[in-house]
Amino acid sequence: MIERTPILNFFTHLILFLGFLVAVGPIAIVAIAASHNIADVNKVPMSLIPGSDFWVNMKTAWTTANLGPKLLNSLIFATGVAAGKVIISAITAFSLVYFRYPGRHFIFWLIFITLMLPLEVRIVPTYAVAANVLSPYQGILDITGISWLIQKVTGIEVALNLGLLNSSIGLILPLVATATGTFLYRQFFLTIPEELTEAARMDGAGALRFFIDILLPLSRTNMAALGTIMFLWAWNQYLWPLLVTTDPAHVTAVHELKSLIPNVGGLPEWHIAMAGTLIVMLPPLAVVVLMQRWFVRGLISTEK
Amino acid sequence: MEKRITFSKWSVGILFAVPQLLLIFTFFYWPAGQAVFWSLTLQQPWGGGNIWVGLDNFKSIIANADYWNSITISITFAAISTGISMVGGLILAALTDRQLRGSKIYRVVLIWPYGIAAPAAAMAFRFILAPEAGLIAVVNQWWPGIWDPGLDGNAAMACIIAAFSWKYIAYSFIFFLAAFQAIPRSLIEAAAMDGSSVLRRFWDVQFPLITPTIFFLLVINITESFQDSFGIVDIMTSGGPHNSTNLMVYKIYSDGFKGLDFSGAAAQSIILMLLIVVLTIFQFRFIEKRVHYR
Repeated sequence: MIERTPILNFFTHLILFLGFLVAVGPIAIVAIAASHNIADVNKVPMSLIPGSDFWVNMKTAWTTANLGPKLLNSLIFATGVAAGKVIISAITAFSLVYFRYPGRHFIFWLIFITLMLPLEVRIVPTYAVAANVLSPYQGILDITGISWLIQKVTGIEVALNLGLLNSSIGLILPLVATATGTFLYRQFFLTIPEELTEAARMDGAGALRFFIDILLPLSRTNMAALGTIMFLWAWNQYLWPLLVTTDPAHVTAVHELKSLIPNVGGLPEWHIAMAGTLIVMLPPLAVVVLMQRWFVRGLISTEK
Repeated sequence: MEKRITFSKWSVGILFAVPQLLLIFTFFYWPAGQAVFWSLTLQQPWGGGNIWVGLDNFKSIIANADYWNSITISITFAAISTGISMVGGLILAALTDRQLRGSKIYRVVLIWPYGIAAPAAAMAFRFILAPEAGLIAVVNQWWPGIWDPGLDGNAAMACIIAAFSWKYIAYSFIFFLAAFQAIPRSLIEAAAMDGSSVLRRFWDVQFPLITPTIFFLLVINITESFQDSFGIVDIMTSGGPHNSTNLMVYKIYSDGFKGLDFSGAAAQSIILMLLIVVLTIFQFRFIEKRVHYR
């Protein structure tokens, strides 16, 4: 727009620059603190000129918090959640859009309601389910009296038990269990021209063939967007991994941060803590920077 | 909107919905139902049966001053951090939407904080706002003892608000910018031709058109302030000092898993669920009426 507004432009630049400082400042301070030695990091005020111990501190943080395996755990976990969401969402949306069966609207609402209540508020009973994933089915058998009947007839006590604590599956499945993404795909499938389905059917393609050969290739963009946003979301999860993984072998990188909080007494080791924080921050930040286009699109089209 | 052409074998269709249905039954509906059941019974930790107590769990929660404190501070936290995130995001998005040199760079960088995990942001701010080191420690050199989030509840609250808002300004920014960019340029140019000032154009043309986004972000920001705050509280304050940052979601966790009071935690979960549902419905009914949809 051609319009001369020098004063407004000046204030725009000023405020945007302040915004820039607020956004990048904390990340920069973490990086600078990670480059100091223990005396310099505790100097008040801390010098904003980087020190020379960056790589030493990064190495110390890496080994003391054992970050290698923890980052690998996070990677497996976040990839699992992203893949799970993408696949489940696509096939559910396909079912909802391309078939007409009794109870379809009911199923639609059952899925829709899951968007309202996040994992955090049903954390205690979800934990119980993860401890024995078959407990809901045991519950149904008990309530309906089937397990009583089986015990009467055969003498076998029905006790279904399959624990998922301290396993990748136990970490991943409950986070895949909400319908984020299903509606993204649904909206997208609804925009696909009917002629395409008609042509596919005339050529004798069945439902599965149509889904794999036509629908999936068309929704590549949506997959990339949803995959990116779900990867970030899962990587940054905290409460659920904290509960499910008590075994150090399964702990995720974000969870490991807590072990880096400096102890009271003596000079606090903030330089190591900040080096560790930087390492944990960087992978999702790199995903945001590299996949910015998909990430933003994913956020805006899933509306969460 | 419905498809005219569908596939006739509807048994196949149901089969495609089965994985999702199994998942949400096992990890959503069953636990949600279980939470209701537990809230009405007295659960022994780690098995050992349960006793039906009706609404007793709710009564004892409501009679507990700690719980009311938790609700009050959760609402305070939600109101302040949502306000900061939304106003900050709105201003930055409105300004980057103007065509200026460098606005592309701002658009890229201002999004970054959203990619960072809330606990990692909390760790960064724990250092930046530490009373003995970091950047804010300077104020303690001027006025010894004036800043100590470890002892002063208000300071601790300020810390968790800072870490949360930092991340969610970026989130609000993304949505506001998308909303601004969706407004046809010709509309703003027409208003400019009519001689209206930049500020007038913002209030009369752009602002009414982004009200759906404001409404959406209000719901999301408040809901997230009840959930995503967990990692921040756990890393920065662990609910202290003196319960001053013991937000509802953190209290559910510490009562349930540290205090082994499953029934009390379940009852608190039910209240939090109802609160979130009521907020969502309330916002839909009362705020949506003022929203201009395109």
